[in-house]
Amino acid sequence: MEPFVKLTGLVAPLDRVNVDTDQIIPKQFLKAITREGFGRFLFYDWRYVTGEKPNLEFVLNQPRYEGASILLTRKNFGCGSSREHAPWAVLDYGFRVIIAPSYADIFYNNCFKNGILPITLPDAQIAELFKRTEQAEGYSLTVNLEDQTIAEASGPDALQIPFTVDPFRRECLLKGLDEIGLSLRFQDQIAAYEQQHQPNATLYGSLEALPGK
Amino acid sequence: MPALTMYEKVWSAHVVREEPGRPALIYIDRHLVHEVTSAQAFAGLKAAGRKVRRPDLTFAVMDHSVPTTDRRLPMLDRSAAAQFAALARNCQENGILLFDMNDRNQGIVHIIGPELGITNPGQTIVCGDSHTSTHGAFGALSFGIGTSEVEHVLATQCLAQFKSKSMLVQVNGHRTPGVTAKDIVLAIINKIGISGGNGHVIEYAGEAIRELSMEGRMTVCNMSIEGGARAGMVAPDETTFAYLEGRPYVPRGKDFQAAVDFWKSLVSDPGAAYDSFVDLDAQTIAPQVTWGTNPGMGADVTGRVPDPGSFRDPVARTAAERALEYMGLEPGTPITEIPLDRIFIGSCTNARIEDLRLAARVLDGKKVSPTIKGALVVPGSRRVKAQAEQEGLDKIFVAAGFEWRDAGCSMCLAMNPDVLPSGERCASTSNRNFEGRQGKGGRTHLVSPMMAAAAAVAGHFVDIRQWDVGHVE
Repeated sequence: MEPFVKLTGLVAPLDRVNVDTDQIIPKQFLKAITREGFGRFLFYDWRYVTGEKPNLEFVLNQPRYEGASILLTRKNFGCGSSREHAPWAVLDYGFRVIIAPSYADIFYNNCFKNGILPITLPDAQIAELFKRTEQAEGYSLTVNLEDQTIAEASGPDALQIPFTVDPFRRECLLKGLDEIGLSLRFQDQIAAYEQQHQPNATLYGSLEALPGK
Repeated sequence: MPALTMYEKVWSAHVVREEPGRPALIYIDRHLVHEVTSAQAFAGLKAAGRKVRRPDLTFAVMDHSVPTTDRRLPMLDRSAAAQFAALARNCQENGILLFDMNDRNQGIVHIIGPELGITNPGQTIVCGDSHTSTHGAFGALSFGIGTSEVEHVLATQCLAQFKSKSMLVQVNGHRTPGVTAKDIVLAIINKIGISGGNGHVIEYAGEAIRELSMEGRMTVCNMSIEGGARAGMVAPDETTFAYLEGRPYVPRGKDFQAAVDFWKSLVSDPGAAYDSFVDLDAQTIAPQVTWGTNPGMGADVTGRVPDPGSFRDPVARTAAERALEYMGLEPGTPITEIPLDRIFIGSCTNARIEDLRLAARVLDGKKVSPTIKGALVVPGSRRVKAQAEQEGLDKIFVAAGFEWRDAGCSMCLAMNPDVLPSGERCASTSNRNFEGRQGKGGRTHLVSPMMAAAAAVAGHFVDIRQWDVGHVE
């Protein structure tokens, strides 16, 4: 996983609540067996009209948001299906940071496994960021995970917003740690757990293949 | 001894390692795998030179993209076929038991787990699918995970998890005839909202939950995720034990008795603390119909499509406006005047034998309205299908004008050829009414199997309580 330390990028506003993972990436794109190339299908049904022509009314198709790497959105982003294709699509499109008042649990987890930083901020700050993003073309922010701040480029009333992320998740992102590798360091403890719970195995029935299979 | 919730008991029995400020490493008893969310996990494992730690605790099935028509015919969808081939290869290489699409035990992963007795109380169960919450109906801790976590479980048989908060949802009193588990859970979601359960494990309790069959409890737990909760649980009791006894993977004889004794100990202690509480009165729950584009946008069948102007919160108002535009509905329309194009009875929410029995009872001797363009019944598993055929339910469905199909996820998410055409309106027993869920531009109304069957006959929604369908359940 690519580490995330600091990023300065253009902000794109997606002013919708409860954006579900079926919208982030529709089902017809879940049949791939690799992790690459999902960015083209991000928000597919909103982004394109018939014939895969860009829907000019959709915010990400506005030229001013081209190349955005920070997605600003509303509450409960990523609800519904557990498909990790959703963060794969978000990342492959070019977003490395999401800023929202809240996220659905599974999507939130999945972001950290893919080097995406989902930042949670109170509603009032989200509203302010929407206002500023829409007002100023080219609105950019610097997101610093090391000191956990979001900042506008310098100016008289430049915003400086602190945020917090769970320290373990922060460390994994900063170092780009492989979580499986981390857990495998505890193989002895896993084996000890299995040993100790072996007597309980009968409580969970036979694990042999079904008769007649 | 402190009073513990069922969730805390199952959680603490599975902690392999914990350390302050870090997620706990918890052991996974059952890992369920299907074709759509596993290929990249197996590939990642292989690329890192790692092995599947416990293939004997891993079960795979083909369900999401399987055709529900004749499976002897070649598959036209080449990417789905490639995904099936990848699953078969991965299972073979790693020694994992696979129920392929021609297996007599094949079905939707959340139907076959309980049906085969792979799901037992007190277990931790995960699967790369959000409806894994279903298995919590047995008093298991069961939740959906992403593909990276699938890879983690394959490699370690563990997951790194932070403990969730707990919510007690108490459904008191008795439900009235015609009101089913589906209506109860839609009413709960309507009350807590689709993010009300975020960060929580829900425990469902109260008379109305206790009175549900295992099928009904699975329907309720299945939709926990639609209220934002990754897991839902129901305390195991005599209903649970009676359902499990004799199933292929359930212990037998003396071992079964020992298991039951253990399972009984899982129940939440009196006075156990929860982070939040929700109460509902079952008596007041009416058959539910969703009108919008998420499962929390629902109404009583006696109600009307709401006027977005009546929402005080501007964000909710905009969302409702958008939903009505997508759904092609006018504010104020009585729910019973919404005409339908298609009917889908199926999915991991409502395609168990009891669901099919209830729908068939409504349809017996009746015909699907000529205004309905298509009506599908897709049993949740091949075992359910065989049981239904033995009871003659298939004949009732076919005589009424339904198509009787083979088992799979089908039109719940339309990864196979069962797609809801754009602009058409479907009464569906599935779990999600998101935009495009059943097909781009398709309009989904979530209902119970009885409500879907009655809507098929009438051509529009009807209050099933006004039909004489004999004693229900």
